[in-house]
Order: sequence, then structure tokens, then C-alpha cells
Amino acid sequence: MCGVCGCGKEEGEGDRSGHGHEEEGGKHRFVRAKATGRRIRLEHDVLQHNDGLARENRALFRARGLLALNLMSSPGSGKTTLLERTIAESGLRERIFVVQGDQATDRDAARIERAGARAFQINTGQGCHLDASMVARAVAQLNPPHGAILAIENVGNLVCPALFDLGEAARIAVISTTEGADKPLKYPHMFRRSDLVLINKLDLLEHVDFSLAECTAHVQQVNPRAQVLVVSARRGDGLRAFYDWLQQALQQALRTVAAGEQSSVEGVR
Amino acid sequence: MHELGIAMQVVDVLAERAQGARVTRVVLEVGMLAALLPDSLRFCFGLATQGTVAEGAELEIIEKPGRARCRACARELELRRPFGRCECGGTDLDWISGEELRIFEMEVA
Repeated sequence: MCGVCGCGKEEGEGDRSGHGHEEEGGKHRFVRAKATGRRIRLEHDVLQHNDGLARENRALFRARGLLALNLMSSPGSGKTTLLERTIAESGLRERIFVVQGDQATDRDAARIERAGARAFQINTGQGCHLDASMVARAVAQLNPPHGAILAIENVGNLVCPALFDLGEAARIAVISTTEGADKPLKYPHMFRRSDLVLINKLDLLEHVDFSLAECTAHVQQVNPRAQVLVVSARRGDGLRAFYDWLQQALQQALRTVAAGEQSSVEGVR
Repeated sequence: MHELGIAMQVVDVLAERAQGARVTRVVLEVGMLAALLPDSLRFCFGLATQGTVAEGAELEIIEKPGRARCRACARELELRRPFGRCECGGTDLDWISGEELRIFEMEVA
């Protein structure tokens, strides 16, 4: 393989795809076999814009003592039901602020508000994911206080949201027993980047061909460090462990804030 | 799915940098771990360039395999899909490269 452009051809080999390689000034570089116009080197990272905004979000969340969570799944895996139940029974109702991402309607934000928490709906229109700038605008509107949990419910989609950092402290992927147990292998990007994987709809397990062991093994194959919890957001099974996870993540986020303040105080000294 | 949005971002950058000149050729580097399909990107590029300075431009996509380091034994390995197994059996891999999506260069008439 060419060590410069990685195109799979031998270095310096002329080829049919319209480019080749040559030595120039002793330095190997990628060139076109047949140059026509003026070539302009850009080396522009296309995702860098979102990554920069995500870093700003992360710094803001840290400074304001917020635990930001990015919830991702296929449509219909039960993210909104999970949030509704969490608001109702986790004891964290006052702390939870929800950013809802959907292509259209504010139905999910309305569900969250009926459950007793504040929500801000983002409609992405033709977009298939949330990006860092949308989240920044939503947070400015919601204005959650110190110690809040900012639950960002991404657009239901296992592909695109994995590519866009929102500035979250942790990523939660939800998969349900009505889906294939091999989804972690089929959509590895999503699961590779998740800190917590919730296997939801345990209440339907007896009606479907879904192996919890197989699904868990597939998660571990793409991401050995992910924690897996089996729950039913509808019936309530296993959720105590999820609420404990939330509490711990929140405490850790607040410790990070405290440590940051401490180090800036020491910096002044 | 997100390739259309990405293609539109690419066209924005091309238009800004071309300063009115016609773009005839674009070279993109896409990491094999970047969750982007070259075929889809190619299709969307054709749509996104319509009516812009890059309309009709030739698109070359260079796919770059990813590299990762095994957290168990620190060996480096090449990745062509977003998971893999090290020779030592380890699957806990630290990605070093392969997620890039860069506009490497363009040609203007």
C-alpha cells in the first residue's frame, strides 16, 4: 500500500484511476498522473467545525456543573419512555432537563413535560442527527442550573448521530429486544462509542427471538468497556441500576467541576 | 444518510476557497472507520454541487484504513472496519487514525 495516500497501490505505480505517485525533491508526495488546472492543497477537516463546537459545549457543561448525556438508538427503542419513567421515579425529577431531537413535531417534548421535567424540542427537518450547535442553542434556552442532568435524546438513528460529538460526558445507546441481537455488530460505530448500553423491553422477551447473552457478547466484541444493563422502561425492571448509574455519573461530573475550580484557584496562587 | 449534509459542507468549503473560480476536481480522504460510504458520498456530491462553482467537478475519494493500538499488549494493527481483534486476542482497541474526513486538495480551472 502507498504510505502517503493509502490508496492500496504500490508507491510510484502509475494507474487507471487517474492518479499516481512520484518523487519530488527527495520527498514522496501524492500527485495526479494528468494535472490540468491549478491545484490547491486544502487539507481541510470537514468534521472539525462540529468538533470545535462540541469542545466548547463540553467546557461550558463542565463550568456550569452539568451532566450531559447523549441518548441514541433506533426509532422506537424506548428512549422517551425511559426518560418519562426516570423523571417519575428516580428521585431526580428536579434535576432532569431534556433536549429532544426529532425530524418533526414536538410530541416527545410534550411527553417529557407531562412527566414533569423541562424539555426543549429541536426539529432537524431533513437532518438525521443532532449537532453541537443545535445543542448549544437548546441549552441556552433551557438554562439548566448547577447539578442538572442534561439528557439529550438524539434523533432515532443508529448511524449518523455516532459521528457527531455534542459535548456530552457520556453516551448511552438503547437497543430493544424487538430488534436483532446482532445490531451492535451491524452498527458498530454507535456501540463502540457508548459508555452504557441499555437493552430495553425486557417485558417482551418471551414473545420475541432475542438472546440477551448473544446481544451482550456482541456489545462486548465492539466495545469491551461498555457497561450493559437489561431493563424494561415500560414495566420498570432493572431501572434501579440505571438510576444508580445516573447518580454516580452526576457525582463524577460534579467532582470534575470541583477539581477544575480547585486547580484554577491553585493556578492563581 | 448524513452524507448529503457532509457533501454540502464540502461544497461550502470549496466555494469559499475557490473564490469564484470553477472547481474541476476534488480529492477527499475518507478514513475507513469514519462511518461514511464512498458511494453515497459520491452520489450526494453530485447533488450538492448542482448550481455551484463545483458543478461537474470530478471527485476522487481516497479510502484510508484505520490504525489502532491494543490496550492489552500495545501492539498496533490495521483496521478496515470499526472493530477487530489483536493477535494477542484483545478486542479493547484504542483508535489512532481512520476517522478522518478531509478535503485533501482541489483543482480549479
